[in-house]
Amino acid sequence: MRLASKAFAFAAFAAVSSSASAQTRLDHRELAADQQIIHALNRLTFGPRPGDVQKVRAMGLDKWIELQLHPERIDNSSLDKFIARYSILNQDQNDLLRGYTEAQRERRLVRREAGDTAGRPSREDNMAMQQIALTRRRVMGELQSSRVARAVASNRQLEEVMTDFWLNHFNVYAQKGPPEAYYLAEYERDVIRPRSLGKFRDLLEAVAKSPAMLFYLDNARSMADSSRPRLVSDRERERRTNAARQAMRRRGRPGGRNVPGTRISPDMNEADTAMRQRQNQLRNGGLNENYGRELLELHTLGVDGGYTQQDVINVARALTGWTLRPPAVGGGFIFRPEMHDAGEKIVLGHRLKAGRGSEDGEEVLDIVSRHPSTAKYIATKLARRFISDNPPQAVIDQAAAVFLKTDGDLREVVRSIITSNEFYSRQAFRAKVKSPFEVVVSAMRAMNAQPDSTPRTAQMIAYLGQPIYGHQAPNGYPETGDAWMNTGAILNRINFGIAAAANRVPGARIAAIPGFDTLASAPRQQQVDAVVSMLLAGSVSADTRAVLMSGENPLLANAKDSAGSMTGAAVDDSPGMMANAERGPGNGLRAGARQNPLGRGDTVLPQLRGLAQVIGLALGSPEFQRR
Amino acid sequence: MQRRAFVKSGALALVTLGLSPSFLRRTAFGAQLMNAPKGKTLICLFQRGAADALNIVVPHGDKSYYALRPSIAIPRPGGLSRGVARDAAIDLDGFFGFHPSLAPFKPLYDRGILAPVHAVGSPSATRSHFDAQDYMETGTPDVKGTQDGWLNRYLAVQGTCDECRTSPFRAVSLTQQTPRIMEGATEVVAMNSLNEFTVRASGTQAERLEALYRTGSTDLVHGTGSEMFEAVKMLKAANPQKYAPRNGAEYPRSQFGQRLLQIAQLVKADVGLEIAFADVGGWDTHVNQGAATGQLAQRLDDFATSIAALVTDLGDRMDDVLILTMSEFGRMARENGNRGTDHGHAGALFVIGGDVKGGKVHGKWPGLANEQLYEGRDLALTTDFRSVFSEVTARHLGATKLEKIFPGFSVRSTDWLGLV
Repeated sequence: MRLASKAFAFAAFAAVSSSASAQTRLDHRELAADQQIIHALNRLTFGPRPGDVQKVRAMGLDKWIELQLHPERIDNSSLDKFIARYSILNQDQNDLLRGYTEAQRERRLVRREAGDTAGRPSREDNMAMQQIALTRRRVMGELQSSRVARAVASNRQLEEVMTDFWLNHFNVYAQKGPPEAYYLAEYERDVIRPRSLGKFRDLLEAVAKSPAMLFYLDNARSMADSSRPRLVSDRERERRTNAARQAMRRRGRPGGRNVPGTRISPDMNEADTAMRQRQNQLRNGGLNENYGRELLELHTLGVDGGYTQQDVINVARALTGWTLRPPAVGGGFIFRPEMHDAGEKIVLGHRLKAGRGSEDGEEVLDIVSRHPSTAKYIATKLARRFISDNPPQAVIDQAAAVFLKTDGDLREVVRSIITSNEFYSRQAFRAKVKSPFEVVVSAMRAMNAQPDSTPRTAQMIAYLGQPIYGHQAPNGYPETGDAWMNTGAILNRINFGIAAAANRVPGARIAAIPGFDTLASAPRQQQVDAVVSMLLAGSVSADTRAVLMSGENPLLANAKDSAGSMTGAAVDDSPGMMANAERGPGNGLRAGARQNPLGRGDTVLPQLRGLAQVIGLALGSPEFQRR
Repeated sequence: MQRRAFVKSGALALVTLGLSPSFLRRTAFGAQLMNAPKGKTLICLFQRGAADALNIVVPHGDKSYYALRPSIAIPRPGGLSRGVARDAAIDLDGFFGFHPSLAPFKPLYDRGILAPVHAVGSPSATRSHFDAQDYMETGTPDVKGTQDGWLNRYLAVQGTCDECRTSPFRAVSLTQQTPRIMEGATEVVAMNSLNEFTVRASGTQAERLEALYRTGSTDLVHGTGSEMFEAVKMLKAANPQKYAPRNGAEYPRSQFGQRLLQIAQLVKADVGLEIAFADVGGWDTHVNQGAATGQLAQRLDDFATSIAALVTDLGDRMDDVLILTMSEFGRMARENGNRGTDHGHAGALFVIGGDVKGGKVHGKWPGLANEQLYEGRDLALTTDFRSVFSEVTARHLGATKLEKIFPGFSVRSTDWLGLV
């Protein structure tokens, strides 16, 4: 009897003590319970929607986080239906690219046949050029629009945040060259998003083999230098290619016989041309270090990760032959032995034997994805995204350790960061400045907006300084606040906030905010309380609250500025410029954003009153710039 | 991050005294600006895409030129192209000539305030637009880790007048985002247009927005916003209702033309503008670039007309203003199979201003014979762009710490071309 009661007492004691230790762990979270929820929503989503705080509270924060870490468990069917409605995005992108390259070739043939010597573009040329440009603009438009739509409306918010993170980490610039736009839909949907919380090694390989990256960083055209042995000798390669071309021409002709003079089908002709071009390239091409360098410097070890210039060269050599199949024959990744440098290479102290093929590249990816510098670099960037611009070393070290221990399991690495005490510290609360993408999307979510199927909200984001797929250099957009805060930028954010409250943002109407109708006729105090709670995480300084209430600020007591709009010469974006927008670097994706998407610069938006004014002030406030 | 010390400490000091900083600051500014000696201004204009120097400043006296470009060369002065005399190069000195679309530059050349510089560029072998633009904007060819642009380093190191340093408009870029050349610790303003540099709210709403940013918090967001409101007010105060270009200057309605108009506006508004920047694209003429007419000609027409309008509009102020154009590299000497040109090496630029020694083509001409070409294909480099840039910053702006502005480059004033 006594034994049993002792056992019972012991069990009871054990139960109490384990919940006590759980209690102690929770107590190390500096933030209060509701603040933790707001903070988690700010960091793991693109901003809370009305009612999100209540939903998370009801489910339990930890359980909600666990769910977000498993996006496959979250139903996203309404978003899927929305995305399915994009007409161009859902077409086979390789088919679209084929159409584009064929049209280009047509133009060249027509020109040559017409004996065009002056070089002056003809009217037909211009129309054809414009048609091509139009299709590509539509591709880009839908691409950018869907990125915003997903961020606004996906239920798998953490997955969307991680997708945004990796698309920036593995930055690709849409204006690198004409085909790039056609590679990006697949890049986002099939390469990045499904692997955003998976194993880093898988993600790295999928990126390395993606047409988007192969084209952007020139690895598709990188091949063994003339001084290096190729995996397939030149003579052998010529023999094989000629044989392939013969076979193809036979297939493309009537009766399957190679009768000179009969026309072959355009497809075959195109593929034949591609092969011929490749033969030329093989004779004239050489090593391109671009991807090799960025793989080490930006994607894995980091600039101080401990690699040398020789490592860069040898990584590039290892990846020769990793290239693109032409659109005419289906596109996608292919390994070409005749381009591959088969010599021996030493990469980060590892000896890669001579005479191998794509194994060289695979081994390089193995080496870099398991390197301790990579673990540290990735952990630092993730901590910077989730905690603060200068995250505490302890949480970085912890995350890097998890990275190495789990062989690069990103879900576990992220979990270690977002369940850490540092994550829930007071220093981390509201510590991050929103990027332009985050400003616009969080405003739309806060206003309960519908996703926008047009490119207009994407243009606003571009106008605020962050055109989607519009960052030229491979390092991606900055992840810290000081890079985003400059005098011009903040002006645009303030004006965006006003525009949103004036219902100028597509899909977002302030009337859609729950409780708007009753609140609109409530006293100002109540309006301010509600807006602060919904849009500004429920906490603002007394000064800010005072300003929202009445506009009186002792610091401005003597300021008697007459508000007037500035006039000056109107900026006329003449249509001629748009045609040039497609040409050449430096014009980027701002073709659409060059016209101010918030309206002409010299118009003052209608005076907002009452609740709309409070909302406008809140969305343009310094607090709203933070998350 | 450096901030304008005067404004910040002044404001805080006034706050502790219980005085309204905004009112007093405005009068303080006003007094300062009226008495400030007029500083110098440098306007940098970047032709993005690698402008084809050989068809812009045409070496019509070099016979290799015509052999290299059978279909796109600019005819010799006095020559005819399809029976049209005006398609020929505009002769400058018997050897070089302007592309006919650069006609607006000829009077400036003749007046001695415009100096073309040829065979100038970056020693880097890269033919990547992005890398090369990066190298020219950071002023460190072949170095990828440089965080800031050389103009920003200049701003950090010195200015042409002490009072100018405190203006929020000391460095302005008429571009959507801050360009690399101006990135760095010192504050610069990037704006798409002057029109849009305003808070789009009126009356009490604008006041309240401003109040939100002046609530006494001194963090990054509040600080930036606060300065922004100052800048907006300053611009409003200094900007006349309707800007009319002087001296009959007519700016093209293109984006580039209008941006130069706004730079002129800023110069004349005496807001302390020291560095201005704008860029223009469309120079990457791989296919069908045209000769005397066509793509390149259209770009040059806009380019030259806009700049000439700016010079005309500024009138006497050109004594204190210097315009420096640049492009990341030139283009191949030989035309390609698509009646265009591929990426090259050395290029050309223009220096325009009251203190410029214009009226001649500067630089050492390397020649276009096969053995004289870089890698057998491009115009060879005889002047490093940093040499030109350092001469301009030293002689026009009065900079002395050039080794800080162009780290890794040994600045030798004896090597300078004597442009200024």
